[in-house]
Amino acid sequence: MKLDGYTPRPVADLLDQAEEARRALGEGFRDRVVESIYKDATEIAGRSVEYGERRRVDLDLLVDKVVLSPIFGLPLMIALLGLIFWATIIGANYPSQMLATGLFWVEAQGTLLFDYLGAPWWLTGFIWHGIYRGLAWVIAVMLPPMMIFFPCFTILEDLGYLPRVAFNLDWLFKKSGGHGKQALTMSMGFGCNAAGVIACRVIDSPRERLIAILTNNFVPCNGRYPTLILIAVLFVAAGFSPTAASAVAAGTVLTIVVLGVITTLIVSAALSRTVLKGEASAFTLELPSYRRPSIARIIYTSLIDRTIFVLMRAVMTAIPAGAVIWLLGNITAGGTPLATHVSDFLEPFAYQFGLDGVIILAYIIAIPANEIVVPTILMIYLGEGMMTEDISQDSLRQVLVEQHGWTMLTAVNLMLFSLLHNPCATTIITMWKETRSLRWTTLGAVGPLVIAFGVCFVVAQAARLLGWG
Amino acid sequence: MSCDTCDTCGLPDDGDDRQKFDGVVALAGNPNTGKSTVFNALTGLRQHTGNWPGKTVARAEGRFTHENKTYKLVDLPGTYSLLSASEDEQIARDFILFGRPSCTVVVADATCLERNLNLVLQVLEISDRVVVCVNLVDEAKRKGIQVDAGQLEKDLGVPVVKTTARSGRGLSELVSKVVGVIEGRCQTHPHRVDLGQGVGEAVSRLVPMVNEVAPGLPNARWVAMRLLDGDWRIREALLNGELSQVAERQQAPAESFSNKMALEGSQ
Repeated sequence: MKLDGYTPRPVADLLDQAEEARRALGEGFRDRVVESIYKDATEIAGRSVEYGERRRVDLDLLVDKVVLSPIFGLPLMIALLGLIFWATIIGANYPSQMLATGLFWVEAQGTLLFDYLGAPWWLTGFIWHGIYRGLAWVIAVMLPPMMIFFPCFTILEDLGYLPRVAFNLDWLFKKSGGHGKQALTMSMGFGCNAAGVIACRVIDSPRERLIAILTNNFVPCNGRYPTLILIAVLFVAAGFSPTAASAVAAGTVLTIVVLGVITTLIVSAALSRTVLKGEASAFTLELPSYRRPSIARIIYTSLIDRTIFVLMRAVMTAIPAGAVIWLLGNITAGGTPLATHVSDFLEPFAYQFGLDGVIILAYIIAIPANEIVVPTILMIYLGEGMMTEDISQDSLRQVLVEQHGWTMLTAVNLMLFSLLHNPCATTIITMWKETRSLRWTTLGAVGPLVIAFGVCFVVAQAARLLGWG
Repeated sequence: MSCDTCDTCGLPDDGDDRQKFDGVVALAGNPNTGKSTVFNALTGLRQHTGNWPGKTVARAEGRFTHENKTYKLVDLPGTYSLLSASEDEQIARDFILFGRPSCTVVVADATCLERNLNLVLQVLEISDRVVVCVNLVDEAKRKGIQVDAGQLEKDLGVPVVKTTARSGRGLSELVSKVVGVIEGRCQTHPHRVDLGQGVGEAVSRLVPMVNEVAPGLPNARWVAMRLLDGDWRIREALLNGELSQVAERQQAPAESFSNKMALEGSQ
């Protein structure tokens, strides 16, 4: 039916007529149509809907009075988040150690089996101390916190709390020049930044959507919590009594997250005052009724859809990463392993930022997925050393502090770097898919990295000036 | 997170599915009315659900069977209207219009039916094969709100089913009504909005011309309305013949869905 070169007569007539009528009707055509629709809707609903006596006090309204209150709303939100972190830290510690012990026992048995079969040392090493160990670390470090964090998050989502978060944060985002729904996309980022970037489609205005996409990375995703939690537990909370320690660790992670939200707002404000100038657009946000979460679905969504999905992704990157780390640790040049060469080379650079060469190397290896940062650091540090005996927090701390000279400054800057640095490869690819723009994708990838190095540099220099670290 | 980041959204249906399925059903509705829950309950898939508006951003697809026939189910993004140019509305509207679903289910929230009816009425302008699913009936009951499905059915001229998708209540009735509409057993007489004097006249002047260009189009009135609103997408669809193709296919008898050969012949 498609005709090249000319438009069929009736079509042209129709379009002409329509255009003429359109001009005759003047402005506000759509408003009149919408009015007609509303009028009919009201009439029809009036005939078929019956509002009974309210038997009880409206519980939703009562809860919202507190949840959305200008005084309690924000603190309640922060407290809830803190509670989730606390539960995650408390609940994940023991299972993590159990898992590590079990998985490294398997490594030892595998090694023995290979030795018994007469496999060459490099094969045993590559398979068991490389690939398998990478896998084991990722599972041990990530799985338990995810199994607690994701269900908690899903409960809040099912309950209807997320739109309320957006409501509470709306004024902040408006001030920063972003869209109020950015609070929603940011919340999704807590689960996974790639998902958060996709969720930005809920924002209609292209300018505000771009701001939301570019800043989503500043809230830590699930791949980064394990890093934050582990460092908070090992360093910040180490000096406290066991009961206080988990609360201190949760408070630390919470502080980092709040810093992330503040960074989101600052960067959004900077973007909307420079390259993405414009006014914040108004929008209506529907606050849905609270719904009782269905337990079966929560378990399913959070464990299968989220936990397993994220874990599988981590596992897929841990396998090649484990192989690379083993190779770096076992291929020697001039008697020293390549890993040492690289980290020594990076060391003076890393020092300026309060980090060390191994951390930078780990972040390079972990570009595909942030989940493997801590496992990579530990694998490089521990080298060929067997991990079957004791993997308690004390011994990990000992390795980091006594053998590799980590200080509180290293810990703080590692957490800051983890919070602010470039998004993982999946998120970068998602940014590209969503924006189809090389320029914005590059900004989204490189901008955070610059900010991360900048902040770490300032913190490190200031700390050293004050004689701390 | 296992979001369906399919690249299929925005692209109208290519007609291939007509041969693979006995019908294509679209799920439309306001945000957060439980569309995805209905989708999951019918297809057994586990599309991400959550209690916040705007969560389904792409078009999700699944299938369900009823009496040995397989239907394709398409979960459209939630929208409040089909009149503006935002991305989700475009996706939803284009699919209902150009995707030629055999039936469109509009999921409405029983707790605020009036607002939801605005979208229902708009869908009724586009398509006459519609079933209205009044969802969240339990929640409405809790709030003391009763919906008279019979009255609503009379006013809207299409089947109305009350459901509580979370617990699965009403879904089998929904499926049988949908199949009834697809197979032509259930005749619909969709409500058309009273547009008032000026607009109404302009629209009725254009309708015969639309019918001439695209004979058999079930929504000539709506196309005329869109033209009067200056909708470039509809202009384009007229110019490139997309709309008349839709019309040609609409004319194929409803039974052809169970007779794949006949359908192939008609294309």
